[in-house]
Amino acid sequence: MSELEGIYAVWLREAKIYVREKERLVSAVISPLLWIFAFGAGVGSTVDVIQGYSYQVFIYPGIVVMTVLFTSLFYGIYIIWDRKLDFLKEVLVAPVSRASVFAGKMLGGATDAMVQVIFLLIIGLFINIPLTPLIVIKAFLMLLLISVAMVSIGLVIGSNLQSPEGFSLVINFVMWPMFFFSGALFPTNNLPKWLAAVTYINPLTYGVDALRGIILNINKFPIVLDIAVMFLFAVIMMALGILSFRRM
Amino acid sequence: MVIKTEALPCVSPEGEIPVIKTEALTKKYGRLTAVDQLNLEVKEGEIFGLLGPNGAGKTTLISMLCTILKPTSGKAWVNGFDIVKESSKVRKSIGIVFQQPSVDDLLTGRENLQMHNLLFEVPKAIRKQRIDEVLSLVNLEKRADDLVNTYSGGMRRRLELARGIMHHPRILFLDEPTLGLDPQTREHIWEYIMDLAEKECTTVMLTTHYMEEAEMLCDKVAIIDYGKIVVLDSPQALKNKIAGDVVKIKQKKPDIEKLRKLDYVMKAEEKDGLLYISIKDASKHLQDLLANTGPIELVEVRSGTLNDVFLHYTGREIREAEPEGGFWERVMKR
Repeated sequence: MSELEGIYAVWLREAKIYVREKERLVSAVISPLLWIFAFGAGVGSTVDVIQGYSYQVFIYPGIVVMTVLFTSLFYGIYIIWDRKLDFLKEVLVAPVSRASVFAGKMLGGATDAMVQVIFLLIIGLFINIPLTPLIVIKAFLMLLLISVAMVSIGLVIGSNLQSPEGFSLVINFVMWPMFFFSGALFPTNNLPKWLAAVTYINPLTYGVDALRGIILNINKFPIVLDIAVMFLFAVIMMALGILSFRRM
Repeated sequence: MVIKTEALPCVSPEGEIPVIKTEALTKKYGRLTAVDQLNLEVKEGEIFGLLGPNGAGKTTLISMLCTILKPTSGKAWVNGFDIVKESSKVRKSIGIVFQQPSVDDLLTGRENLQMHNLLFEVPKAIRKQRIDEVLSLVNLEKRADDLVNTYSGGMRRRLELARGIMHHPRILFLDEPTLGLDPQTREHIWEYIMDLAEKECTTVMLTTHYMEEAEMLCDKVAIIDYGKIVVLDSPQALKNKIAGDVVKIKQKKPDIEKLRKLDYVMKAEEKDGLLYISIKDASKHLQDLLANTGPIELVEVRSGTLNDVFLHYTGREIREAEPEGGFWERVMKR
């Protein structure tokens, strides 16, 4: 009971701050809009229809995943600021387990990402994405799982580093390869062998595949495999996160 | 204002039970030994002061007792619980006010307290009442719903104190509780602390740079230097033992050796052309002392302070400046 209240306390703080810092929400929504409209429409004008969908529609699931990826990973930077300014101390000396503190922070980050997801799903309705209520629910749950895994990576990195500058550096090495080699921007069917190999070991590939399957009905892997890989990856990252928080 | 108490009354008024106990407690950072084989006992209801120059190991000691830092070796118990093996039970027994501000300035004062209530398992039924109690105790009712980043340094400190005592801890750790506060607020906070110790039987361990704070508040004072306790006693006993009364004399050719041989002279030193003589009882011995010094140009007598004691043991003046890290620097950075 008290552990649940601890998780709630930490999450509530994150949620309140998120709502108060409007810039975070605004900036997080603008960049995916650019990707959908500028990149999607621009590249789409030179690319033919992909598997029955226009390029803009084809990359929509990938862009949503990207937004979740970026927001979730970068959320880890707040843990560094919290520590630098000592605001985390109060939580660290509380009689609440570090696993609960981690869970609260992780859910806080996932909340950030999911607020954006809701916004992007609404935009989807206006650009001819075939969304039904059932698809929206499935997509939401899948994105939540992806977000949990990615926030955990961010928190693992954040809790092991001392400076925000270092964090940005490290996270860029994680974020861009994960994004580019996930098939978010291109279909993974006709890739050169080396690139295909890279996409197979990238866990995000399975997240993108799952979401594209759910929304556009284009699957490369069975959906069960997608979910299993993502789930396993999330569990491993959470375990690492809890270990990192214990050492803080 | 008095907080309605639910805490147990002092089990033994004179406090025979050590509430804090350390055995050869040690913390090393690489080659540096911040706390060195420290043995300490603090009784229930006592206000215990840790005095020491910057970097003496005060904060490290408190951090270990609060279970934020793991000791390199040695043992310690807080409220009877082992700080390493039973850290969660220790945390339930203590309240802490950190040296660096740790209230969340993106939340309001009240939200900070609400969060603390959840984290420290204050029963739901009394949460609201507790918050109102501590807010009025530190005079922050009117600003409770403003964001903390609009608070002054003193208000933040008061909010921290309110938060530290809200869950009625048995033991309260205060790391430089009145640093950077104006004299009025400082006296206010002293009153709360003394009230807590007296009425709630809360044991208080505090570090301070301010000698008058230690003199005012503490039942016992430990002077720490290089991670070791140099001396431990009540402020009065320390002053009687070391400081006595200080006579300042200006003289052309002082004969220090002769003065040192007098049985009531505890210490005689020359500094900046002035002679500082610590004697046991000035009212009794001053005349005799002056007879022994011969002609003088100037004489001044004052009673000894804890500062003299501190100087005696550490050979340094305590710096009443900002401690390492800089409280204000950190506030300003936000």
